[in-house]
Amino acid sequence: MSAKIVTITSGKGGVGKTTAVANIAVALASNGAKVCCIDGDIGLRNLDVVMGLENRIVYDLVDVIEGRCRLRQAMIRDKRLAELYLIPAAQTRDKSAVSPSDMVRLADELRSEVDWVLIDSPAGIERGFRYAIAAADQVLVITNPEVSAVRDADRVIGLLEAEEKGPASLIINRLNPSMVKNHDMLSAEDVLDLLAVRLIGIVPEDETVIVGTNRGSPIALEAKSKAGQAFRNIALRLQGQDVPFLDLDSQGTLWARIQRIAGRK
Amino acid sequence: MGSFFNRFTGRKRSAQSAKERLQLVLIHDRTDITQVELEALKDDILAVISRHVEIEPGAVRIAVERDGREHRLVADIPLRSVTRRRSG
Repeated sequence: MSAKIVTITSGKGGVGKTTAVANIAVALASNGAKVCCIDGDIGLRNLDVVMGLENRIVYDLVDVIEGRCRLRQAMIRDKRLAELYLIPAAQTRDKSAVSPSDMVRLADELRSEVDWVLIDSPAGIERGFRYAIAAADQVLVITNPEVSAVRDADRVIGLLEAEEKGPASLIINRLNPSMVKNHDMLSAEDVLDLLAVRLIGIVPEDETVIVGTNRGSPIALEAKSKAGQAFRNIALRLQGQDVPFLDLDSQGTLWARIQRIAGRK
Repeated sequence: MGSFFNRFTGRKRSAQSAKERLQLVLIHDRTDITQVELEALKDDILAVISRHVEIEPGAVRIAVERDGREHRLVADIPLRSVTRRRSG
């Protein structure tokens, strides 16, 4: 086994990095892959609650790096999927506890254990970002169709090119098809035209994401969730499959038209 | 599409404003040239060229153009021909 190491980053906070990591991990593991997620956000741990594993933490990322436990001891096994693991972030430390070379060593050790390592990067472009991308074979940049998120994504894409971690792949998260239709939200095409990178997924805005987070159960496990489907498609594309992008417009076309007509005064 | 909306509402839809504003901001972020610096650069370029040849100041076009993630400064500076006759 030789794992592929994928880091998910964004520059701006709150665009959906942690949700994306949890869901892509769940989707990969559901496809039979062995997956380990690493929460890179030391001091602001969150991937554990999003995955619903907060009560199982004994050791964390910094414990492994500082040699207080073996790698295997810090890998928490998921409740639902036997081949899914999480290495949580330390909560009472800060980013200075980890260096880029620490992450490279850890990732190299994990390569022989699993098929995929997904690293959840902290927001920002400082030390946390640097160590989160240090070991990556591939970097996914996630953004929202919104000016500040797109601007920050562009900055991060530029930094990744400079660090020779490019070309990045883009996830456009929380796209609202009806706002796009009304020309009040940047479309996926607009964002792609601005950022000029490869697209790996478009995730629609979807209330089930918050419901899933409330329960600690990523929505990629829900067959009917649209966002869940979008994350499952991202996982398949990572695995090399050519999956067409969800046609978010046509899915709602008739309904949207009825709504528009009904809403007309 | 934007002009279509402009005509009816007299106002640009917000997605179009977002895109246009981002296009300018990203050029600045990527190249480290502000709009003000670009204007100063244009003036300097024109001053230097004017020292050697006569140009048509009204027809000059100098802009940063985008090609994917690459940028180039493109200048189109028509020269005034001494023998040229104005033909409309």
